[in-house]
Amino acid sequence: MTDDDRVFKALADPTRRFLLDLLFARDGRTLTELESELEMTRFGVMKHLKVLEEAALVVARKRGREKVHFLNPVPIRLIHDRWIDKFTEQHAAALADLKRELEESP
Amino acid sequence: MTTTTDVTTQVYRVYINAPAQKIWDTITTPEWNRRYGYGAPQFYELKPGGAYRATASDAMNDYHRAHGLPELDTIGDGEILECDPPRRLVQTWRMLMDPTTAAEPFTTLTYEIAEVPAQPGVHRLTVVHDVTGAPATAALTGGSLEDTGAGGGWPWVLSDLKSLIETGKGFTA
Repeated sequence: MTDDDRVFKALADPTRRFLLDLLFARDGRTLTELESELEMTRFGVMKHLKVLEEAALVVARKRGREKVHFLNPVPIRLIHDRWIDKFTEQHAAALADLKRELEESP
Repeated sequence: MTTTTDVTTQVYRVYINAPAQKIWDTITTPEWNRRYGYGAPQFYELKPGGAYRATASDAMNDYHRAHGLPELDTIGDGEILECDPPRRLVQTWRMLMDPTTAAEPFTTLTYEIAEVPAQPGVHRLTVVHDVTGAPATAALTGGSLEDTGAGGGWPWVLSDLKSLIETGKGFTA
């Protein structure tokens, strides 16, 4: 499997995207903290984190006796940089902004 | 990446198909580190207690000259804390171009280069940036100021660094 395959596989699951959302909201969480946000066994959460780590979307580091998890946005940036050049970027960003604005207005 | 104020460490990782020494040189020598990311030549005195200095890129200097602004010299500074080539570099780091980041305390930046046993020839570069007490610096390095023209922070820099090493061409050089 290539690096890109691992990233797309990891992102193709709602639980794993939810774990990334949790880390985006607050980075550097332990397994216990992440597990408390999900209706899932500890083993299940560990399996999902392993897939995310293999895709390098999550990096686990030791902090004292704990293991904490960080969201690593670099693999997503690599995919972005592969297909979106500097010229297209402005148009893509403008459309994304417009969508957000329209959907957020009451 | 940082989205709330209580988070004080940013962790980034990228896999690069190159020898460790090549990755180390790309980070620590101005001949290479001027060719990706912000394009600022950075000078390292590679020993504990040694100086770190980032100078303005050609693009930054051109912009300042064109707008009649004063010449830029040092745009970032710091000190080497640990140096174990080509594996591990720890330094303090401060960005001086913006008055808000210049007024913040020094942050601590760690580069780790490790082999990937399953993929011979590939090395794993991990960047850990402790931005405790430096929210403006954290916003810059996290990439959340990209829409304002401040560059995409570490994700952008590391993507460019990988491109430069693996293909010989960065986005900016």
